[in-house]
Amino acid sequence: MYLKHVLRAATAMTFVATAAAHAQTITIATVNNGDMIRMQGYTDKFTEATGIDVEWVTLEENVLRQRVTTDITTKGGQFDIMTIGMYETPIWGANGWLVPLDGLSEEYDVGDLLPAMAGGLSHEGTLYAAPFYGESSMIMYRTDLMEKAGLEMPEAPTWQFIREAAAAMTDRDNDINGICLRGKAGWGEGGAFITVTGNSFGARWFDENWKPQFDQPEWKEALTFFVDMMGESGPAGYATNGFNENLSLFQQGKCGMWIDATVAASFVTNPDDSTVADKVGFALAPNSEGVDKRANWLWAWALAIPAGTQQEDAAKQFIEWATSKEYIELVAENEGWANVPPGARTSLYENENYKEVPFAKMTLESILMADPQNCCAQPTPYTGIQFVAIPEFAGIATQVSQEFSAVYAGQQTVDEALAKAQAFTAEEMEAAGY
Amino acid sequence: MARTVTPRRKSLNTVLAWAVGLLIFFPILWTILTSFKTEAQAIASPPLFLNFNWTLENYAIVQERSDYMRFLWNSVIIAGGSTILGVIIAVPAAWAMAFVPSKRTKDILLWMLSTKMLPAVGVLYPIYLLFIRLGLLDTRGGLVVVLMLINLPIIVWMLYTYFREIPGEILEAARMDGATLKEEILYVLTPMAIPGIASTVLLNFILAWNEAFWTLNLTAVDAAPLTAFIASYSSPEGLFFAKLSAASTMAIAPILILGWFSQKQLVRGLTFGAVK
Repeated sequence: MYLKHVLRAATAMTFVATAAAHAQTITIATVNNGDMIRMQGYTDKFTEATGIDVEWVTLEENVLRQRVTTDITTKGGQFDIMTIGMYETPIWGANGWLVPLDGLSEEYDVGDLLPAMAGGLSHEGTLYAAPFYGESSMIMYRTDLMEKAGLEMPEAPTWQFIREAAAAMTDRDNDINGICLRGKAGWGEGGAFITVTGNSFGARWFDENWKPQFDQPEWKEALTFFVDMMGESGPAGYATNGFNENLSLFQQGKCGMWIDATVAASFVTNPDDSTVADKVGFALAPNSEGVDKRANWLWAWALAIPAGTQQEDAAKQFIEWATSKEYIELVAENEGWANVPPGARTSLYENENYKEVPFAKMTLESILMADPQNCCAQPTPYTGIQFVAIPEFAGIATQVSQEFSAVYAGQQTVDEALAKAQAFTAEEMEAAGY
Repeated sequence: MARTVTPRRKSLNTVLAWAVGLLIFFPILWTILTSFKTEAQAIASPPLFLNFNWTLENYAIVQERSDYMRFLWNSVIIAGGSTILGVIIAVPAAWAMAFVPSKRTKDILLWMLSTKMLPAVGVLYPIYLLFIRLGLLDTRGGLVVVLMLINLPIIVWMLYTYFREIPGEILEAARMDGATLKEEILYVLTPMAIPGIASTVLLNFILAWNEAFWTLNLTAVDAAPLTAFIASYSSPEGLFFAKLSAASTMAIAPILILGWFSQKQLVRGLTFGAVK
């Protein structure tokens, strides 16, 4: 009898041990954005359904880029899934550093991914990362201040209107700046914004022969306009303001307008954090009169699998779950439709509940209007809107944006900055063999 | 001739010292205060100093989201291990340089210090590849060795400076009494240099605790210390300053307490040999 109990216990222990030995764990490197953190909270549901455990490594954006680049190029195998953006994905995919996301299940419905997102995350037609959330950029403005200024925001304004409105809304005595824009150095910060501003003035980074274009009149016009407008109506010290600084200013009611990522719409309309939550309107990013390109970008935070992972199947399962329609419904059910990850799936924008979210329509229109294959009014040899999808771009654009930030800080003139940008970019491109 | 210090000047110096001290401490104080605010209060303009609704919510969220104790334990092991290993290697090295100098001793000391001038990122790839080959990625052991190597020049330099203050005749006397080299270092030199060794240990423990390049680049999950814990709360899109401040306060609290209780030794160690 005693022996029987012992045998039963031993058998049970063996089963437990076997199950534990088979339990899989995947490691995901990600950024500390609201949607990503929310996803971490729901990971238990994935583990319950699949038995796969998930470990998270959350890092600051630039640290994450350096960390995953080091790991992927050395085949370190530290991560099974990486959160990367639209800039890295096609380059890394072309280098063979990412596992192609083919063979995804029928229920996943790859065709439902927004074409702009799927296109930006592919190389030669192969999808290398699945969009978790996507964004463009648009105007967020204070409806009360616009009304007070006696103006009405068109759905698709020009830069000239924006400058006029910004001047009319500026109230220095009450610490209200007509417009808040990014001036902070960095290719993903002020560099991204001035690039799309340049696009909307007819400028481009390179001509068809990869010759830098900072010596062309379009860039001078764009940069001069930006500096003059910010001088008239922007906040003091805007040369060091990035996304977070402007978000803070807008939420405190210190900006009449803010042109930035569409994902910010949910922050500025959240009454818990924003003092102006019920006074925010949305419009398309502006263009200069006569130019058919607007100052809106396209970006996605996406999940990709590094080549060389030992857990490709488990990683694919996770990506299918995290970027699925079901995940969006799970978040909507628990936290409301305004908090679901936006900008990734067509079906979300066809959902009647989501259509009631105030910024949904403008977000979708902004995303649909952005075309990474055709960023500029003039022909270009590159893809990307606020970036140029070549490995050298991050380094070059960081340096160029530093020169521009020095103009915003009053340390040099527009002409000096453009001359330095032209010389530096030409030198780097030549060294890179273009 | 000693300079006379008037009471007025003494008071002035005291006030000035407090002002400078508070100025240096202010960012830490502000971080601690922000950690007790809501996210909206954290970005309020004009800034709220003490007149806000104090909340522990951020600490609760950070505690819920991250396994603080795991990060803390890793920090203790990595900072402590690298410091102890460094001292074990540096004591004999500093002894040799202080008491048996050669023609090249000064050159060696300078060369050791010059390794600190190399930007860390310049050797990231070689070290990363070595770590992959040796299976040391995301291990505490690997980080102990790397941080020890990084801080070794400072440890050797500090110990060398302290050892130079100890009269060589005492060691000679020990030798004449029949002490072996090991006994000379362990039982004669080390006890006399305890204050110097203590301040070296403290300073290097703090340096290793705060090191954020290698600890972020060579760890992922298992060996991630408190620097990775803080980094996980920095956000490019979204204002999470209050939570970031709570995470920072939790990360610096142990070292702040250690520094507070050992400030006498630290100051003594840092000024040792400065005045003769």
